[in-house]
Amino acid sequence: MTVSMTIIQNVTCPGCGSLCDDIEIEVKNNIVINVKNACGIGESRFLGYSSHRPVKPLIRKNGELVEVTMKEAIERSAQILARASHPILYGWSNTSCEATSVGVELAEEVGGIIDNTSTVCHGPSVLSIQDVGFSTSTLGQVRHRADLILYWGSNPWSAHPRHIERYTGFTEGRFRHSEWHKYLSSLGAYRSKKRVERACRLAEEIHEAAAETSLSLGKPESQQLPPSLYEKERKMIVVDVRRTRSADIADCFLQVEPNKDYEIFQALRALLREEELQVNQVGGVPTAVLEDLVDVLVGCEFGVLFFGVGLTMSEGKLRNIDAGISLVRDLNHYTKFIIMPMRGHYNVAGANVVSTWQTGYPFAVDMSHGYPRYNPGETSVVDVLSRGESDAALVVASDPVAHFPKEAVKNLVENPLVVIDPEMNASSLLADVVFPCAIAGIEVEGTAYRMDRVPLPLKKVVKPPKTCLSDREILRRILREVKRVKKGKGEVVANG
Amino acid sequence: MMPSLSVTLLTGRTLRQGQGKEYGKLSERYWKSVATCEIDPDDLKKLGIKDGAPVKVTTSHGSVTVRAVKSLRGPHPGSVFIPYGPWANVILDSKTHGTGMPSFKGTQAVIEPAGGNEKVLALKELLLTHYSKK
Repeated sequence: MTVSMTIIQNVTCPGCGSLCDDIEIEVKNNIVINVKNACGIGESRFLGYSSHRPVKPLIRKNGELVEVTMKEAIERSAQILARASHPILYGWSNTSCEATSVGVELAEEVGGIIDNTSTVCHGPSVLSIQDVGFSTSTLGQVRHRADLILYWGSNPWSAHPRHIERYTGFTEGRFRHSEWHKYLSSLGAYRSKKRVERACRLAEEIHEAAAETSLSLGKPESQQLPPSLYEKERKMIVVDVRRTRSADIADCFLQVEPNKDYEIFQALRALLREEELQVNQVGGVPTAVLEDLVDVLVGCEFGVLFFGVGLTMSEGKLRNIDAGISLVRDLNHYTKFIIMPMRGHYNVAGANVVSTWQTGYPFAVDMSHGYPRYNPGETSVVDVLSRGESDAALVVASDPVAHFPKEAVKNLVENPLVVIDPEMNASSLLADVVFPCAIAGIEVEGTAYRMDRVPLPLKKVVKPPKTCLSDREILRRILREVKRVKKGKGEVVANG
Repeated sequence: MMPSLSVTLLTGRTLRQGQGKEYGKLSERYWKSVATCEIDPDDLKKLGIKDGAPVKVTTSHGSVTVRAVKSLRGPHPGSVFIPYGPWANVILDSKTHGTGMPSFKGTQAVIEPAGGNEKVLALKELLLTHYSKK
């Protein structure tokens, strides 16, 4: 038996919106056996993709999903979509732009609503950017020039594990040095402090007399910002509702009360205008700290505000982003400052871009009138499902049954549901037709957009199972069959 | 009477959840990483819940039983954290207030020790309990 071993370099990782493109993959007999340079998520993506994977299409018959031929599954899916009066086509952020492009065409053909996962991710950010615009840059600019990094409502250590290493604190830029030594020291110091605190708490439990010691160590964090924030080198601030792992390595962590981000942004804007706040604290942060923070923001040479779904998913939603963008705009009167959303799914930015090319709108596009309509809140998929308006759905590269609230999922699964996804997930388990497809970025080539909207090529590192087509090809075949059915050449049968 | 505590429920990403979903939504690794609730150590003490024991989380939209985990991200008394996934979503509101985005963070909830017959359901059991095909 011939053993074939290859090493593929500069592979783009389809793990998160950072799209790290320096991954090295070792393949032996068409199986990925080793992954270099990837984070925990990326490594799991390349090594674990085949663990729960059917390889033939499935159709629900008598309540059970049974294997069928590709032709039968395509015909059944086309029947479902052609017969539906208000179908939903949802997902798209975990596949290539090429697949999304066919999906938009299919949505137009069936008069459906096409929405991508940004609707439950950075949809409010998109709305806000459309309202007030924003100043941004590529991650390359951040890497080489930024000296102040803010992560607000975002935990890159867990959600974009190499973001800090590749683009901000730990990276060696042309004009900025890596500060990983400093961050490791501060992490070590923080851990030591925690150990001492734990020991004191234990002592307190054993000896009540030790309460005084504990009190002195258990005080809230200092009301003064650390001196490192005033130095010229690169520094990092994390603002969040709880102390995440990212906060542990930052120069400064500001813990805010849940749902209070809007107030804090506006307080910072007021302080920037040299107005006096008549309160002692805003959203759990002392006013004195906010005053010092404004000095730090103004004092930097190139600042970046990376914001996560901590802002879009909490009270205020798009208005939180309005306030954040407005703060950055105000700061640009004094220094260079940019703002960037931390996009989660690896090609959610691409789904927005492709949807905008073809329909004029980035998400939540309703084609039922024969032309694109865009009104998030009305045409967005969670709202359509919650109102019980849709009567069928096609889900591609996503798992809304796991990630939508209950009321929305109820409507989704009660109507005919077609799922195209490489793996079995919660949506596949409740679907009527399941297409296991080849995986974009591992088994199929394509294009994806990084969070800063830089397009990068996805590579094929292994061959897919023979029975697994790409999602793009499956969508093409469904589209062709839908057109045939609508011309009266196929028999339309009742859904259900 | 069971002790209970009013809290703010946050949901979000964790590294383990991210790895678990890549190994497969049907894997035990995913279940272990997602069907959990991180609770402040002092809040755990108030409820008399041990690390790893089942805890019932209730909002105005329903209840779910997940495994209590002593938070390493504390102190955050009054806030609990469940990673993104179906266990959290069966108790969240789908209203978007005209934005398209439900409130996945900042929901008011009550946590209490789970009763004797309330266990942490596996993914398939959870789906069958809350959803049905017509």
